[in-house]
Amino acid sequence: MEKKLSNKIKNICTIILVILSIFILFLFDREIIGDAYLRRILNLSAIYAIISVSMNLVNGFTGLFSLGQAGFVAIGAFSVAVFTVPEKYIQSIFYIKPMAPWLVEMRLPFVVALLIGGLIAGILAFLIGYPILRLKSDYLAIATLGFSEIIRIVLTNMQTITNGALGINRIPPMRSMFIPFGIAVICIGMMVLLINSSYGRAFKAIREDNIAAESMGINLALHKNLSFAISAFFSAIAGGLYAALLTTVDPKQFYFTFTYNFLLIIVFGGIGSVTGSVIASFVVTYGLEWLRIFDEPLIIGGVTIPFFRAGLRMVIFSLLLMIIVLFFRKGLMGNKEFSWDGIYNFLLRIKISIKQKRYDKMRVYVRKPLKNKGGDK
Amino acid sequence: MDLSTLVQHIINGISLGSLYALIAIGYTMVYGILLLINFAHGDIFMMAGYFMIFSVINFGLPFFIAIPLVLILTVLLGIILERTAYRPLRNAPRMSIMISAIGASYFLENLATYLFTGVPKRYPEITWLTKIVTFGDVSFQVVTIITPIVTMILLFGLMTLVNKTKVGMAMRAASKDYEAARLMGIKINWIIGITFVIGSFLAAIGSILWGSKYPSVYPLVGMMPGLKCFIAAVFGGIGNIPGAVLGGLTLGLGEALLVAFIPSMTGYRDAFAFILLIIILIVKPNGLLGEKVTDKV
Repeated sequence: MEKKLSNKIKNICTIILVILSIFILFLFDREIIGDAYLRRILNLSAIYAIISVSMNLVNGFTGLFSLGQAGFVAIGAFSVAVFTVPEKYIQSIFYIKPMAPWLVEMRLPFVVALLIGGLIAGILAFLIGYPILRLKSDYLAIATLGFSEIIRIVLTNMQTITNGALGINRIPPMRSMFIPFGIAVICIGMMVLLINSSYGRAFKAIREDNIAAESMGINLALHKNLSFAISAFFSAIAGGLYAALLTTVDPKQFYFTFTYNFLLIIVFGGIGSVTGSVIASFVVTYGLEWLRIFDEPLIIGGVTIPFFRAGLRMVIFSLLLMIIVLFFRKGLMGNKEFSWDGIYNFLLRIKISIKQKRYDKMRVYVRKPLKNKGGDK
Repeated sequence: MDLSTLVQHIINGISLGSLYALIAIGYTMVYGILLLINFAHGDIFMMAGYFMIFSVINFGLPFFIAIPLVLILTVLLGIILERTAYRPLRNAPRMSIMISAIGASYFLENLATYLFTGVPKRYPEITWLTKIVTFGDVSFQVVTIITPIVTMILLFGLMTLVNKTKVGMAMRAASKDYEAARLMGIKINWIIGITFVIGSFLAAIGSILWGSKYPSVYPLVGMMPGLKCFIAAVFGGIGNIPGAVLGGLTLGLGEALLVAFIPSMTGYRDAFAFILLIIILIVKPNGLLGEKVTDKV
């Protein structure tokens, strides 16, 4: 039986959780706990969380199999790179072909560059969405993938703007961990609000049944487009953060295999669950770092185990993706979301099962002598 | 541009196009029956390249043994792939199967990187294929001429198989209606297995021809050809074997002529295929020779 907590307790729990996480983040930010490496992983996880939630918005909630995320991330990353690189470095970075003069004068603050990247990606997605989103599953996947590759190829060939294949480095880094985490909370919060609004319900209706949704008066093209464009917007914002985190971008980073990482994250977290995507972003990003032990030679008792060398990590990573798809199709959360009621019921169930086990033990203890008695006769 | 240069470009385009066609047939056959993009097809092509390198360079086998060995190994790989990545998900939702296909492709790439490192390896030279022939001002390798011939022979063989034999009939039945074919007593798993065998076989032959032309193999070598061949298959109408050949030729010729006529667009060469794909999907979603499908509600 499902039990519900009162609103008061839920609110208290939420406030405690928020204060606790801000406090932990503060400790990390002031370098009281953790090291630079851990901080970098955490930042990366927060950025990945934005991308995976926005990919989940299209793939999980609207039911469109899109593989174009890498392209939109690339737009955001390059927008931040192009607009925020300090003027004094521009000449040394663009040494093959100089940057277009009108761009050199356009130095923008980080947040503005971030928003411009988001808007470019969103508008582009909205425009391309009209023809592309009429397609069905496989065709849609390959068309979005193709579109993301086109973006990458265009970025590679626009030498005077993006510096071509060389990429741009010396992007000013982010100073505080509160920037990526804060933006992630805002972005994910906005997406959650969207999913729970009437638009979100329309998205879910489209996912469940295209034709039924249309006959209920939902404008299919508009809603699919909206979902696609909003997803592109947030992905590009995450891309901008990504550029500022790495301080260097080049088009090769955004090869379409980049999208596969987020595919793994949303499959692992559960297609159709925001909470799942967020948790999975942290688990997968940290897990990938943890798997690095497989890349280093392992020596047990003076004997070098021959399998452990560079590359094994990614083999295991892709094997995990296969195992999850083949055997745990629902992922971590299925399409459930985080709620205090859920946690409460989960704890309750554990408590009951512990009680049950104790009770079972006692019953076994009581019964055994009885059985033996019967056997004696 | 003088005539001989143009002829040279056209010959190169046709040769590249028939290579695309060979691999595209593998895509189109799997799609025809399973309604699934076999994302790992390009990686089977890549593994075939490594099999050849290992059997010839590392084990020193002569070509008349190495080539059949490569064909057998590649076909085996195709069967294993079908068994492990596709068969368990036969009744799963479409999205899961596609993710499994992507996972399989990603796995093969990472496995190749792990086993053979990411450094490109040189493909063994099959001397009679790489010999250069000159006709007047036009000169090309033997493989350039051989490729379209091989493709045509295999195409006709395949068409006979599909149209004239019992297996072919079962394949056509399965691609029309999967469930009904099963009810009629066709062993679906077996037919799908055969399809993968044929697809991998063609990928292996394609890899030998490709390797003689571009003699360098690295773990991601199958990716771009794989995607482009899928586009070729979609262009001609997916599920349609002559369509795949038509699509392959169009794509190969288009790329060669794009580079020939507008040299400044060379950087956009790879984008050409994708732009073609998006245009064809918008104008004629079932491809040039594709069947007309009505939506079932």
